[in-house]
Amino acid sequence: MDNHSNLIKMANNIGAFFKSEPEHDVAVAGVEQHIRNFWEPRMRKQIVEYIQHGGNELLDIVAEAVKRIAQKP
Amino acid sequence: MSLNNEIDYGTPASASAEQVSLEIDGHKVTVNAGTSVMRAAAEAGISIPKLCATDRLDPFGSCRMCLVQIEGARGYPASCTTPVAAGMKVTTQNEKLAKLRKGIAELYISDHPLDCLTCSANGNCELQDTVGAVGLREVRYGFEGENHLQAEKDESNPYFSFDPSKCIVCSRCVRACEEVQGTFALTIDGRGFESKVSPGQNQPFMESECVSCGACVQACPTATLMEKAVIDHGQPEHSTITTCAYCGVGCSFKAEMKGEQLVRMVPDKNGQANHGHSCVKGRFAFGYATHKDRITKPMVRDKITDPWREVSWEEAIETAASRLQAIQAKYGKDAVGGITSSRCTNEETYLVQKLIRAGFGNNNVDTCARVCHSPTGYGLKTTFGESSGTQTFDSVLQSDVILVIGANPTDGHPVFGSLMKRRLRQGAKLIVVDPREIDLVRNSPHIRADYHLKLRPGTNVAVVTALAHVIVTEGLVDEAFVNERCDVESFAKWRSFVAKPENSPEAVAELTGVPADLLRGAARLYATGGNGAIYYGLGVTEHSQGSTTVIGIANLAMATGNIGREGVGVNPLRGQNNVQGSCDMGSFPHEFVGYRHVSDGATRAQFEAEWGVSLASEPGLRIPNMFAAAIEGSFKGLYVQGEDIAQSDPDINHVHHALRELECLIVQDIFLNETAKFAHVFLPGSSFLEKNGTFTNAERRISPVRKVMKPLAGKEDWEVTQDLSNALGYPMNYAHPSEIMDEIARLTPQFAGVSYAKIDEMGSIQWPCNAEHPDGTPIMHADQFVRGKGRFLLTEYVPTTERTNSKYPLILTTGRILSQYNVGAQTRRTENVAWHQEDRLEIHPHDAEVLGIADGDWCGVKSRSGETVLRALVTDRMQPGVVYTTFHFPHSGANVITTDNSDWATNCPEYKVTAVHVAKVAQPSEWQKEYQAFSDDQQSLLDNRIVTAG
Repeated sequence: MDNHSNLIKMANNIGAFFKSEPEHDVAVAGVEQHIRNFWEPRMRKQIVEYIQHGGNELLDIVAEAVKRIAQKP
Repeated sequence: MSLNNEIDYGTPASASAEQVSLEIDGHKVTVNAGTSVMRAAAEAGISIPKLCATDRLDPFGSCRMCLVQIEGARGYPASCTTPVAAGMKVTTQNEKLAKLRKGIAELYISDHPLDCLTCSANGNCELQDTVGAVGLREVRYGFEGENHLQAEKDESNPYFSFDPSKCIVCSRCVRACEEVQGTFALTIDGRGFESKVSPGQNQPFMESECVSCGACVQACPTATLMEKAVIDHGQPEHSTITTCAYCGVGCSFKAEMKGEQLVRMVPDKNGQANHGHSCVKGRFAFGYATHKDRITKPMVRDKITDPWREVSWEEAIETAASRLQAIQAKYGKDAVGGITSSRCTNEETYLVQKLIRAGFGNNNVDTCARVCHSPTGYGLKTTFGESSGTQTFDSVLQSDVILVIGANPTDGHPVFGSLMKRRLRQGAKLIVVDPREIDLVRNSPHIRADYHLKLRPGTNVAVVTALAHVIVTEGLVDEAFVNERCDVESFAKWRSFVAKPENSPEAVAELTGVPADLLRGAARLYATGGNGAIYYGLGVTEHSQGSTTVIGIANLAMATGNIGREGVGVNPLRGQNNVQGSCDMGSFPHEFVGYRHVSDGATRAQFEAEWGVSLASEPGLRIPNMFAAAIEGSFKGLYVQGEDIAQSDPDINHVHHALRELECLIVQDIFLNETAKFAHVFLPGSSFLEKNGTFTNAERRISPVRKVMKPLAGKEDWEVTQDLSNALGYPMNYAHPSEIMDEIARLTPQFAGVSYAKIDEMGSIQWPCNAEHPDGTPIMHADQFVRGKGRFLLTEYVPTTERTNSKYPLILTTGRILSQYNVGAQTRRTENVAWHQEDRLEIHPHDAEVLGIADGDWCGVKSRSGETVLRALVTDRMQPGVVYTTFHFPHSGANVITTDNSDWATNCPEYKVTAVHVAKVAQPSEWQKEYQAFSDDQQSLLDNRIVTAG
């Protein structure tokens, strides 16, 4: 598995945990904070680049969280 | 028995708070009510002769040697079985008693070989001492009568000998096997003169149920059961208290020595984790420490196809440092990192992460706990506020309901397993959640699980959430506890979530394979059966939802009020000796010592002030991220201390690919392990016998590791890390590991009160130990949770992507066995191979029949990641559709099959669920052939190493 695919899988796994959260904003914030807390900057950069280049395999709440990270790296 | 430097009080201490005063030989003595007369006398310094009594076992009263006179009482009662009474007047020595004892001793000696001078117990024999004490000078019966002197020895056990000619049938071995170990492998067979100790059904020890824990050897008052090492080398002459380097129980041992030679390891009866008990690994399997495979000279090479070159320590350190510096100069400072080990001490681990953060200048440090208990850290920190278990091991003795999830204590944590079995024999209820029928389910004497939820691998979250569903919907929540101690908002959200119909036992039964009525019964029992304690292991954590299950377990404990006191709690059973410690010591890339995030400015400032450098504020790479970055080309140098990632990590082909991409791999280990076969610099490590430090066990107990022999390679591991740091230009100047612990204490709130002096004084300390808890903290979250209010989180079941289909119809799950440890680097180099010479594939008879596989057949096991070949073990322990293996032997290639799936929160690998195809085959897999060729090449490069250093 290439690293992009791996990161997408990891990010979506995080999203799968938080998506049961009934409040959408809390769920997105949970994904965002988890990635900020645990992902090394290279990994964050790659997932941000992925979505900036039109990547569409991320769950909605994950894509939203990554966009927030992109806005405020 | 161990060296004669400890008092044996004859019977166990009484826990009663009530005091009783009596008179013994004219002295006033005050003891706890329930104390035996024998122990009361011993506590007063008055010795009563004894043979069948020892303070590790309940009194038995068979030898009659300890009889005394009690004013107003008839006859001569045995002091071991007679409890004290207020005002009692006891006489332990007079002419009549002396005569009686001498007569008893005479009978014993009439059927005992008089070979004291050449006996292995000479100088350390309770029979010899007792007979000496009673003054026996002649045996009037002679030695010509019928006797047992020609009884045949049993030498079947590799570690101890059984010589029945020396047996006095005191039953101490039988009682130890029952009371201490709980295996009931021994019995007294026959009556009267025919009485003899019998393993199993009059079988040799190795053919009986004996698990070789050594409790019988420890209990034996003569040379009947004796360590072969003592028979070979003689009695040890000094001993040092230290801590076992195997599992997370962290047993205290006396290393009994002759000079620098370790003769035997004897469990320390004052050990607060093990109370004098041991298992086959800690007690006997220490021979690896001096095995011929130990590498004691530093080595370097340019490429992994080059032969090794032995060099001086200076050259090895300089080579390592200059290569790391060159990589950082070429690829940037983040191109290097390091891995700490749960087998190393706290001080060594602390130093490695300090070197990486302060010396390398990044946070690319991780630990092997990544692949075992990282979900525990995440799950318990998120819910309770602290990344640790909540109890002492002894707490289980107050439990009424024991819930074991994904753990196999009798194999993985055998000394604690024995303690748990003791409590179960006393009547505590047992619920086992496991896809496999572990011994606790129905294969332990006098123990049967009340519920065995034999779930399908990968459905833990569904089962735990369904348990919660029952508790919530049947009104079993401890509302008072939740309202007072927990975050009520998060609880309300959780209550609504788990109450949904889709989380009911009936709704998930088909998915999990657990009948709804069983699950409901188990939930009711846990919630209403009194003190409920949860014990879990890697069967919980090593899943794609490992952290979610840990959270679910914490939710259960909070909802039922089973937290914050004796007998309850959430107890992760840590795999290796210092998993808890390696996590505590800041080994994770996102947090400093004491679980504080690197982005926290105040914490970072504290470390920057102490360490004198500025520190990175971003999390570093985890182990799997390091592998990915290595393959991608941005990670080039790795320092690995005491960890064998090339065998223990999942999807081994991927790991090996990553290791081959590194420009500099530095391995510090006692053996040329699998990882070292990919290394460029080898720094010889020191075993736990060769260094000072501390380990922290699964109950947060910090225990001393003490040097009993000089390091074979000349340096303790912390010294090597210090040298590397100095060579890299980041100065370290510790003279002793105690100074490292002092620094840890200065920087870590949970450790503020810890010092070597305090550990020496107390024996061990359970953290937190600080101004608030000066003597440590046995039970966590007693008054409030560390995070304030306990937090409930939602635990939605998300199926793993690793699913069966027509191509891969079976699920493989992995585990451990009693005699072997982790990757086997230690235990494979001991006589423990007598119990387990290879990893086998356990398969249910139904699956075996369908596949045409018989017991012992070679089976190809193929997954989406790779293929290996293992021999079949057909057993109904497994459920149909699920197969199982261990990973103790590298050529088994268990991790060739496991996938790159991992826990969503921590990247802990999903070792426990791999879809596989199994078929009968005739030869090893391609991977095994390639591995063997590579391994042979590397062994040849080692055997032909260039020796240039003096």
